[in-house]
Amino acid sequence: MSAFSAINEEREIDRDEYTPGVEPQPTWCPGCGDFSVLKALKQALPEIGRSPEETLLCTGIGCSGKLNSYLDTYGFHTIHGRSLPVARAAKLANPGLEVIAAGGDGDGYGIGGNHFIHTARENHDMTYIVFNNEIFGLTKGQTSPTSPKGHKSKTQPHGSAKEPLKPLSLSLNAGASYVARTAAVNPNQAKEILIEAMEHDGFAHVDFLTQCPTWNKDARQYVPYIDVNESDDYDFDPTDRVEAAEMMRETEESLNEGKVLTGRYYVDEDRPSYGQEKRAIGEMPEEPLAERYWDDDYEWERSYDRFVGKHA
Amino acid sequence: MTDQELIWRISGGSGDGIASTSQNFAKALMRSGLNVFTHRHYPSRIRGGHTYTEIRAAADPVKSRGDGYNFLLALGDSFARNPQEEAVYGNEEIKPLSENLDELREGGVIVYDEGLLDASEIPDFEERAEENDWHVYPLDLRGLAREQGREVMRNTAGVGATCALTGMDLDHVEELMRDAMPEKILDPNLEILHIAYDQVREEHDVDAHDVSVPTGEHDEEQLLMSGSDAIAYGAIDEGCRFIAGYPMTPWTEVFTIMTQNLPELGGISEQVEDEIAAAALAVGASHAGVKAMSGSSGGGFALMSEPLGLAEMTETPVVLIEAMRAGPSTGMPTKPEQSDLEHVLYTSQGDSQRVVIAPGTVEEAYDQSRLAFRLAYEYQIPSILLYDQKLGGELMNVPKSHFDREPNPALGNTLTEDELADEPHSADGKFHRFQHDVEDGVPPRSIPGQKGGRYLATGNEHDPTGHICEDADNRIAQIDRRTQKLEAIRADLDSEPTSAFYGPDEAEYGIMTFGSQQGTVEEAVDRLNDAGHSVKSLGVSDMLPFPSDEVEAFIQSVDEVLVVEMTASGQFRGLVQKNLGQYGEKLSSLLKYNGNPFEPAEIVDGFEAVVVEGDAEAPNHQTTFVPTAGD
Ligand SMILES: Cc1ncc(C[n+]2csc(CCOP(=O)(O)OP(=O)(O)O)c2C)c(N)n1
Ligand code: SF4
Ligand SMILES: [Mg+2]
Repeated sequence: MSAFSAINEEREIDRDEYTPGVEPQPTWCPGCGDFSVLKALKQALPEIGRSPEETLLCTGIGCSGKLNSYLDTYGFHTIHGRSLPVARAAKLANPGLEVIAAGGDGDGYGIGGNHFIHTARENHDMTYIVFNNEIFGLTKGQTSPTSPKGHKSKTQPHGSAKEPLKPLSLSLNAGASYVARTAAVNPNQAKEILIEAMEHDGFAHVDFLTQCPTWNKDARQYVPYIDVNESDDYDFDPTDRVEAAEMMRETEESLNEGKVLTGRYYVDEDRPSYGQEKRAIGEMPEEPLAERYWDDDYEWERSYDRFVGKHA
Repeated sequence: MTDQELIWRISGGSGDGIASTSQNFAKALMRSGLNVFTHRHYPSRIRGGHTYTEIRAAADPVKSRGDGYNFLLALGDSFARNPQEEAVYGNEEIKPLSENLDELREGGVIVYDEGLLDASEIPDFEERAEENDWHVYPLDLRGLAREQGREVMRNTAGVGATCALTGMDLDHVEELMRDAMPEKILDPNLEILHIAYDQVREEHDVDAHDVSVPTGEHDEEQLLMSGSDAIAYGAIDEGCRFIAGYPMTPWTEVFTIMTQNLPELGGISEQVEDEIAAAALAVGASHAGVKAMSGSSGGGFALMSEPLGLAEMTETPVVLIEAMRAGPSTGMPTKPEQSDLEHVLYTSQGDSQRVVIAPGTVEEAYDQSRLAFRLAYEYQIPSILLYDQKLGGELMNVPKSHFDREPNPALGNTLTEDELADEPHSADGKFHRFQHDVEDGVPPRSIPGQKGGRYLATGNEHDPTGHICEDADNRIAQIDRRTQKLEAIRADLDSEPTSAFYGPDEAEYGIMTFGSQQGTVEEAVDRLNDAGHSVKSLGVSDMLPFPSDEVEAFIQSVDEVLVVEMTASGQFRGLVQKNLGQYGEKLSSLLKYNGNPFEPAEIVDGFEAVVVEGDAEAPNHQTTFVPTAGD
């Protein structure tokens, strides 16, 4: 019997279950795009049948990291840039959990960029949502890795001399097996993409455009947006790496020109997840490791029996 | 102190198999009934560069590398780069012989491979040999091995020659070769061993010198083990089944041992992108209900500062190990030092709560690795096991029975789903994971996936459900509760003290140290008492929470205390004074920070000079004396 009976329990789940009973300490400004991520997650989670107690949401630091205050699951609000290593270890320790990592563009593409590259490369079975508002929200509006070139802020008074980072292309090249972009203004697409991302077996990266009306006043509200999978103007195959790469390039370039393209860019259902790879070479147990500590019948091997011969 | 001992030094090039040859020879000596202790010296380089391993063997217990040595087996350095005298590091080819002469004792034996080394390149070699009564045996070890078709087996020829010259029979050596070597290379190696042995006995006067293998007997079966082995085995016996890391000398040893064994034990090892990730993974795995560890050496541990603080604040149990090497920055990667003490005590922002333990011996490394896990999980706090390249890499014999223990996979104060149902929850079902008033300050925890255990872990200050909260009263209650754990841990440790007291209770003087210098200090204490002084020692392991009462009682019981440590700034002495708030006038320091651990004679001579005679300086210029505050 599992020690974690919330996992895979068969029951109807109501979206209100994710809403805290007490209004959290207010952090998000009115009109903030972050509310849309919350709303989309609250819709997507019941649809894939994962309850608050079988879900672990690991966040970074930023306005985005406050998602944990609004979404009532098991949560780990970690430190700036480090949600991914915490999240992927939890998934390895207990693959039964629905593990979601989330954070800002500064958090994930800047300070945590190395973890982003490697978590994608390893294809951990989890969903990573980046609240991309093209700015440092929580620290009051400094230029972020995705801020457009020329973006002025208190820390870039002459306008940023840097080209923005291209998160979708980076993700694809690093090895993510599901890459999508959606926008706060597009709730239905957001919900659908989050459902797909969470159901995907592997690293699913969702770059979520979230407007920051407080600090990024001149930035677009990400309207109108175009869904590249729906629009007749675009024709590409998201299972084809080369076509996906081209579509990403166009999307990332056109955002700076004010054209908001969104959709699923890359989907590879064949690539085994990291857990599968590790099990295949005998480096990960078949049963969730976290269960073992509750199994009274399990015989823990003594180092004495294992190693003494080597040292005698 | 031993009257009769062999200290055998095998030198050659890094990558020439010195480590495995010496390990087998040490085991052979141990199996013959002797106590053994090995000391490694190697450059931060993969191939080439002079390296040696020393094995000290005696019938009496040996606790340190000893002073100097009495038998040199100098092999060639097959990867030596520059044969020119003028190069930065001089002529490398001759170093296995030339670099090892200074510490060779009078009357010592030198065997060198004349197939590769030419003693005439060393200035005044013959004169020095004569002056010091060294007995020199140039042997063509390479040629001998080559005749059997395998030049690389010249190490074996050297061991055969050693046995012939020290009166050691070949039984144990042979037995070990049979255990360790694959069929294909076993026969030629045995052949070479015997030929070398016979040839030396036939062609040389093997009794011309006084160096021989002592005889001894163990009253119980022994194992040859290093501190790194012991730390890894302790972790495994505490049910640790998750490790994440990034390679860095010397912590890599424990990481490797764990990584090679965890898959078969149904555990998981992850080599990750950097040490920030490594520590964060350990925290994530532990949060999800697995006993987890990470570790590094100085620079890598610096990167763990933030995840360490996160573990403290979220009360996530985790064990980090820190294998010190000479710093600052990249320092001297393969050299031991104890100068990361303050680094591990104080790194990470805010008022920190953590445990820091520094084992002094291989047995303590096993016990205290287990202790670090027990404290981390029972008190939901990060534990740091602090050791160094010396303790990690030295092999010594330890009684087998010491490791005959039962595992303890318990997660500590963690609730079942049934128990969770009876705990306080908010109206919306959130579990009060961080309750204010709980025994020892340790609130019971739940694990994600458990029904009824939902909570938020956050590095922000938080209320009982884990949610971010900056209310002043809550802040005080939470920080007081977390701090209270340290008092509870201190009381817990007092019931099972880790400090090592040594020497006569009523001694006049004291020597204090921490971590890996303990054995060397104890040997010095024996010698000082034999020489008519009255000295005892204290090796402290608990760095945090500090055993103030115990240490204070020790200081009060003697006239003066010499604090011995491998740091340049006297960090341990500073810690003692910080905790006790006084005794500056009673504590002086003997420091060593040249990249090598203390030898017992340096402590003996230093003690006699600065404590007994009142000299202003230590007699050995490789050590530094810092007087008491009153001076
Ligand atoms: C190590 C560290 N450096 C800096 C900070 C300060 N800090 C907090 S959030 C943040 C940036 C937030 O930007 P982003 O990640 O884009 O999140 P947003 O607030 O826009 O959602 C910074 C610099 C910190 N908390 N930790
Ligand atoms: S500062 Fe910007 S990102 Fe942060 S909550 Fe306000 S609107 Fe949202
Ligand atoms: Mg941002």
